[in-house]
Amino acid sequence: MKKIDVKLISGRSIEQGIHIENKMSSGYFDVAAVCELNEKDMSKLGIRDDANVMIKSKFGQVVVRARTNNRNPPGIAFVPMGPWANAIIDPSTGGCGTPQFKGVEVEVTLTFDSISPIKELVGFI
Amino acid sequence: MELLITNGIVYDPINQISGEKVDILVKDGKIVSGVKNPKTIDAGGRIVMPGGVDMHTHIAGGKMNVGRMLRPEDGRRCIESRKKLTRACTGYSVPNTFATGYRYAKMGYTTTFEPAMPPLLARHTHEEFRDIPIVDKGGIPLLDNHWLIMEYVKSGDMDKLTAFIAWMMNATKGYGIKIVNAGGGEAWGWGKNVRNLDDIVPNFDITPAEIIHGLAEANERLNLPHSIHIHCNNLGHPGNYDTTLATFDLVKDVTSHNRQVMHATHIQYHSYGGSTWADMHSKADAIASYVNSHDHVTVDPGQVMFGDTTTMTADGPMEYELHMMSKRKWTNKDVELETGSGIIPIFYSRKVSVNSIQWAIGLELALLIKSPWKTAITTDHPNGAPFTRYPEIISLLMSKKRREEVLKGVHSAINKRAIISSIDRELNWADIAIMTRASPAKILGLDKHGKGHLGIGADADIAIYDISPEEDDPRKIQSALSHAKYTIKGGEIVVKDGEIVAVPEGRTYWVNPEFDGEATKAMLEDLAVKFKEYYSVSLANYPVQDAYVPHPVEIKTRCKNAS
Amino acid sequence: MIITDVLCPFCGDLCDDIIVEVEGNKIIEVKEACETGVSKMMGHERIAAPMIRENGKLRETTYEEAITKAAEILTNSLRPLMYGWGSTTCEADKKGIELAEEIGAIIDNTTSVCHAPSVLAIQNVGLPSCTLGQIKNRADLIIYWGSNQAEAHPRHMSKYTSFTKGFFTKEGRKGKHVIVFDVRKTTTAEVADDFVQIIPGDDYRVLSALRVILAGAGDVVPSSVGGVPKEKLIEIVDRMKSSRFGVLFFGMGLTQSRGKPYNVANAISLVRELNAHTKFAVMPMRGHFNVTGFNQVCAWSTGFAFAVDFARGKPWYNPGETSTVDVLNRGECDSALIVASDPAAHFPRKSVEHLAKIPLIQIDPCPNLTTELADIVLPAAIAGIEVEGTAYRMDGVPLRLRKLIEPVHLSDEEILSRILSKVREIRGD
Ligand code: SF4
Ligand SMILES: [Zn+2]
Repeated sequence: MKKIDVKLISGRSIEQGIHIENKMSSGYFDVAAVCELNEKDMSKLGIRDDANVMIKSKFGQVVVRARTNNRNPPGIAFVPMGPWANAIIDPSTGGCGTPQFKGVEVEVTLTFDSISPIKELVGFI
Repeated sequence: MELLITNGIVYDPINQISGEKVDILVKDGKIVSGVKNPKTIDAGGRIVMPGGVDMHTHIAGGKMNVGRMLRPEDGRRCIESRKKLTRACTGYSVPNTFATGYRYAKMGYTTTFEPAMPPLLARHTHEEFRDIPIVDKGGIPLLDNHWLIMEYVKSGDMDKLTAFIAWMMNATKGYGIKIVNAGGGEAWGWGKNVRNLDDIVPNFDITPAEIIHGLAEANERLNLPHSIHIHCNNLGHPGNYDTTLATFDLVKDVTSHNRQVMHATHIQYHSYGGSTWADMHSKADAIASYVNSHDHVTVDPGQVMFGDTTTMTADGPMEYELHMMSKRKWTNKDVELETGSGIIPIFYSRKVSVNSIQWAIGLELALLIKSPWKTAITTDHPNGAPFTRYPEIISLLMSKKRREEVLKGVHSAINKRAIISSIDRELNWADIAIMTRASPAKILGLDKHGKGHLGIGADADIAIYDISPEEDDPRKIQSALSHAKYTIKGGEIVVKDGEIVAVPEGRTYWVNPEFDGEATKAMLEDLAVKFKEYYSVSLANYPVQDAYVPHPVEIKTRCKNAS
Repeated sequence: MIITDVLCPFCGDLCDDIIVEVEGNKIIEVKEACETGVSKMMGHERIAAPMIRENGKLRETTYEEAITKAAEILTNSLRPLMYGWGSTTCEADKKGIELAEEIGAIIDNTTSVCHAPSVLAIQNVGLPSCTLGQIKNRADLIIYWGSNQAEAHPRHMSKYTSFTKGFFTKEGRKGKHVIVFDVRKTTTAEVADDFVQIIPGDDYRVLSALRVILAGAGDVVPSSVGGVPKEKLIEIVDRMKSSRFGVLFFGMGLTQSRGKPYNVANAISLVRELNAHTKFAVMPMRGHFNVTGFNQVCAWSTGFAFAVDFARGKPWYNPGETSTVDVLNRGECDSALIVASDPAAHFPRKSVEHLAKIPLIQIDPCPNLTTELADIVLPAAIAGIEVEGTAYRMDGVPLRLRKLIEPVHLSDEEILSRILSKVREIRGD
């Protein structure tokens, strides 16, 4: 299976902002369970838009939909802030209160699993 | 509730009572001439005074709060747990709001004025006022660097100037006119400053002198209870006493009814001779002699006390200079169209020549100014020291012996470059009663509104200290003033034996000048343009809503000679 | 009915020029706001009624029962946590802090996971800053660093920076130079004059290089730093020095990436040093419309801006220890009250796992992921739409939120106030 090692960046997107107070909606699912990659990284993986990818870090793994975004340089996976990104980021704060939401090392692979359902991500229900 | 305070040795200077045994009667929050069924407090020969009035103390608003955020290390000092009646307290020089109210009340103070309210952030100041328990408050808006003020002074349009100030008092629920380094705030918008009264404010083609004079005139036209309240240009620079004297002289020709036309604050920082820090020396004598021979100026010292504190002022460029000298952490906050501010921690060391001289100058001013009615006791809290140091300062002013003790441990430069060791004067209790209540109340114009005295009809704000007038041990004086035996606020006992026993909410004084000249309409048109083009908020959202001033005391004034 | 000069209760820009049309207690049109603001103001799905979880399922109940249960949980906790406060009024914050003091809770807001590093940096080096209007009127050099406000604060550039005109900036966009530093070419970068792409995690290095060049020691700077050529860095320093009024806005690109508080302290120090050459200001881009307000209220009432632990009866402030994610990661708190925030969606999974284990009380207008974990759900009126009150813009300017329509539910402040009374009743105070 082809894989790439990249850095995960999570952050705001305008679509995520629009749906932020409506998280149980499918709209939120569509805009937050996403991984944006440079076309070079997409072709390294041999995938096109809307393929599902598995993102794995030391801290967890999650399945989201891949999408090309060439504003990202190669080597970066952008996942909007939200439960999908949070399943794989480093929870430790290094003594400052804030986890490192940006720059966690992850491995991305193509997967045929379905996108992680939101309720599963918050666990124990 | 009715109260009878008996057997007290009363100091009520405004009513010419100086250490006499007179009964004080209280009913419905006021001093009255008769009561029916009072609770009696036997003062047992202790000193009784009106509640203390602090006319210049930075207790609330954007600046103080940034100070708290900047200095958690200060917040971790003086921490007290919450108790049944009182909220948790933190901080030494940047205390939380609750601590501020309790600590003032414990010292027998019942009125405190915040003298640097940025108009755009006035809502914040009032929010904090609400959370400062017990004491009454007022906020003085910073107006001198406002674009519209400068434009009207420049064009000589006194009517519009007056109309705008009247509007501002309403919009900010403000109490008077504060001037800080006139013109310097605008210059600081470009990282520049003005030094002298005749320097030109960049882009506005106006001088500090013109701004100060214009505002003094407008102040008197509006009949405001207080005069202009000024932080002179050139603060903290060796040789600045010249600027200070010139500033006093600027408003000699302005007339007022029965009070000063200028109150110059924290004058200690403005009484320096010399040309560098190496030869900086006290010019307290020159400043005091001016004040002694003129009646249009009052001053407060802004006493420096040794130790760590936090400086905060609307004088942005000055704070930057301090930062460049000490390299300590520095915040700055320019406020669009209006003003600015800066904060930096400071440690006043008795081993440093300049700090020792600063300490001396404050005391010298208080001792060399002959009439206590022309001054008041302040530290410019927290700039010179926190207000909690007042009892210690008073003990120094009342005891040459105590001053000599301190003098032994300070930098030797004080012998040549300050005057303090040659001064024998010791203030007495009558002087102290004037300088901590009667005089600040008068200077603020609050004496006519029931503050600073105990005459019939006055607010029943009363302090009883656990000390008799004969007592002259400075340490005893300090401790008695630190923990009032009783503090009564609006007729309610709030402190007993140095502990808080009730926590009423204080009131907020503001001035509503009635000005109904034609000029108001034209002024509002100019103002609308400022909001449309330059402010980042809309005019409709600018004025402080009544919700922020739940216990207002509105003082109405009528404008003189509107044309 | 048309209501003008309305405040938008969404992002830290706190726009106050919104026009809202109301018909029959319903908002039917919102003008002037950005898409995000319109979406918030037009409304979403709401929580219909108070709920209590029984046998794993939420069932509807009365406020009375839900508030009593909430008060019981809090009173019986040894280490309660009270978190959130991003999107409510200062009046609610005040009540919350009073409740925290009363029950000995840890109280913390969303600052904890976004700008806590900025607060820590400010404690160390200060913050030369200004209000947004000052920037509108004066700034000719605008720098956004690790902040994608085109998406997070959509009207920021048009109201306060790049695309606005002011007294000394009459030329508007033409007279301004805009630089974006980021690891990706964001939508903000697309409208900048200069986009400086940094290797993820190297912001600290790039800031250091700029400071070194500014200090005149550029000769020690290698030919490329953090992916940025040295010539570019020199060019930028020259531009900074020759600007009349510069401003650096920073966002979570600095606070949430490697170096966190050190990145911010480095950025602030750069700005501080630039003041020896020209006028320069720095400002954190605060996210929620009143996240700043909580910091203000918390600072004046406890002495500290966030992460205050009242377990000792007096405030104890030690971010990294008393901050929410740390408390959760240690599995320390034994109940939590979440107000106007959604930690289940925005915290690392590990932190959420502990939230799921403990009794959880939620106060919020809308259902969200935290609702899925909550044991008690208290629906609230929406601050700034159904309740008036105070909010502080990102630059500390306080404004009064409007009430536009009548609420169905209680306000956050009222709910907290009732919980507080109940707690006192239970304790026999
Ligand atoms: S920029 Fe922010 S405050 Fe302004 S309308 Fe958009 S979401 Fe609302
Ligand atoms: Zn002052």
